[in-house]
Amino acid sequence: MSFSWAKPYEPKHPVMRWIDERLPLPRVVYGAIGGGYPVPRNLNYWWNFGVLAGIFLTIQIVTGIVLAMHYTASTDGAFNSVNQLIMRDVNAGWLLRYAHMNGASFFFLVTYIHIFRGLYYGSYKAPRELVWMLGLVIYLLMMATGFMGYVLPWGQMSYWGAQVITGFFSAFPLVGEPIRIWLLGGYAPDQAALTRFFSLHYLLPFVIAGVVILHIWALHIPGSSNPTGVDVKSERDTLPFHPFYTAKDGWFAAAVLLFYALVTYYAPNYLGHPDNYIPANPLATPAHIVPEWYFWPFYAILRSFTVDFILPAKLWGVLAMFSSILLLFFLPWLDKSPVRSGSYRPVFKRFFWLLVIDVLILGYIGGAEINARNVALGQAAAAYYFLHFLVILPLVSKFETTLPLPNSISESVLHGEEAEAAPAGQTKTKRGGSVATTTAH
Amino acid sequence: MVRVIGFLVGLVFAGVLLISLVSNAASYFRNPPAPLASEEFHKEPKPLRLASDGPFGKFDNRQLQRGFQVYSEVCSACHSMKLVSFRDLKGIGYNDAEIKKIASDWKVQVPSINPDTGEPATRKALSSDNFPSPFANEVAARAANNNALPPDLSLITKAREGGAAYVHSLLTGYQNQPAELLKKFPDAKTPPNLHYNPYFANLNIAMPPPLTTDGQVQYEDGTKPTVNQMATDVAAFLVWTAEPNLASRHAAGLAVAIFLLIASVLGYFAYQNIWYSSKREVRVTGALDPENQEKNRRAKAKQGVAG
Repeated sequence: MSFSWAKPYEPKHPVMRWIDERLPLPRVVYGAIGGGYPVPRNLNYWWNFGVLAGIFLTIQIVTGIVLAMHYTASTDGAFNSVNQLIMRDVNAGWLLRYAHMNGASFFFLVTYIHIFRGLYYGSYKAPRELVWMLGLVIYLLMMATGFMGYVLPWGQMSYWGAQVITGFFSAFPLVGEPIRIWLLGGYAPDQAALTRFFSLHYLLPFVIAGVVILHIWALHIPGSSNPTGVDVKSERDTLPFHPFYTAKDGWFAAAVLLFYALVTYYAPNYLGHPDNYIPANPLATPAHIVPEWYFWPFYAILRSFTVDFILPAKLWGVLAMFSSILLLFFLPWLDKSPVRSGSYRPVFKRFFWLLVIDVLILGYIGGAEINARNVALGQAAAAYYFLHFLVILPLVSKFETTLPLPNSISESVLHGEEAEAAPAGQTKTKRGGSVATTTAH
Repeated sequence: MVRVIGFLVGLVFAGVLLISLVSNAASYFRNPPAPLASEEFHKEPKPLRLASDGPFGKFDNRQLQRGFQVYSEVCSACHSMKLVSFRDLKGIGYNDAEIKKIASDWKVQVPSINPDTGEPATRKALSSDNFPSPFANEVAARAANNNALPPDLSLITKAREGGAAYVHSLLTGYQNQPAELLKKFPDAKTPPNLHYNPYFANLNIAMPPPLTTDGQVQYEDGTKPTVNQMATDVAAFLVWTAEPNLASRHAAGLAVAIFLLIASVLGYFAYQNIWYSSKREVRVTGALDPENQEKNRRAKAKQGVAG
């Protein structure tokens, strides 16, 4: 941790001192998510979603481990083990399964908000490039895990989703088809594919947990960013993570979990597709093959390439879909504006909100039926997606006149510019506008 | 360098998308897509209200038992229900003795092995058995149904868009093909062995109308067995087969929601409390305020009091 005022760990209990002298794990935890990690005092609620992603990863791992105790990874038994054994006969099995199903959706939801927060506040910029890139690695691992998890119940969408997604590789000339067969362990999704997907679906969450540790480690070198994007200058700009942000994350997590519980208990199948309650049938293609909602924007990009122009349309689609994520790795070098926060970048801000709308449109198109209007809308939205990151953002960062930045985080807090971090009505400056003299803890 | 390459990549992708857009638009206006009968005459399911609807929904066991009667007397002739076992019927209010009797009286027996010869045989179903399927396998099912496969009904209300309302509408939606349809789409005449039903995706379903006359099933509880009533009851029953834990899920959800609501409210106040002093940057007031101390010191000095 780079701030000199970060409090060192002082074990209070003799047992903790005993442990700390032999294995400084308590020290590491204290410095990472305890009182030893100073955090900018002006974080708003958009900064809560990283912790939430961690909570949902934990929920997924815990429910997933118990589900795996009852699941059968065989093409004959998978559907029944989920839909009869787990859903009917295992004690609270229905809860485990619905919590896991919807937990995946919420994990993606909070991660998307977390990513867009990073995009708006320039969290990918120096010195946090590696934090951003490790986050993208987590996101890619999540996509792989989510996809393979959806295959496990071996319903119609599981089967045909696996067929379509592994089919991406066959778009590449020469090497494509052998790669696809190698990945599947056969010519079509079958027992070999199901077993390896189960194995990897169990492995990858722990890889994600490992990369999460790297993500947090890399974050804690420069420390958290903040809504002004101004660097932390003194102790006055920060508060210890515990108890201030544990309290803030705590209540907000309970509120988000409430929302998650309402979906899990009252609309557990709302985010899923009815066809996945039909057992996989390699001989009957569903009318509309769609992936889970969190892949819809990318699915829309894939489907938007409809013309064989030099390369086959399918190859264009696959290249564009992979590029749409990979380009995010280059974001720190595409956007060279020295100002981090979108709040002080009037032109960038407009384009950012345009991007949000654009991705929502892509999401809608990815899940909607294919007709002339939707295809055209998807093509326009996909084109904007690439233009935004690869053309507009570099140009904006070059020509934009940014607004004056506050001198420090404390100053912006006192001016009420970033009042979100404080409970309502408690940030107003004290008598005479003089800067506070004492800070009680 | 990154930006130059990015710029070119962005323009190439956008360009190819533009070409796709233009060529699609051109072909759309050159050959507008022909309308389809299945798009114009398909109907969304009629609204259906069941006791299990909504966050406080619970099953109406009497209705589920009537629905089970419809399933066992009508639907089960063709449709399997592989994921449900006889013992599960306890959930809709049958006792152990009744379930035992239902199982052993079931018109299809369970495949087994002759204990003396080892040859394939059948035996009476037990409470612990799943519902035996009416056909031994898919080939037999198709052979008996003009090559159509009657779907398993265990999960049907979760496996179809519209759920129970779809099942109810489908069962009550059989009708003659509208003259208007034939006038507009002369080629769309329902083929022989299929039946016109506007609630079915492609309008022509292989299943003949299963519920045709009032009183087809004689209810024991005195409910009047109209076609609509039977369709509603069996739809309700199929909600239960697909989601037998619905009532306990709703009850548990309420408890969890109340717990989390209280947790978030308490958590919010704890958060307010913890942030109060730090965020407000407390200024000392009264005699200890440095400004007041300065004033006091000056006042005392003026009056010559040592302080």
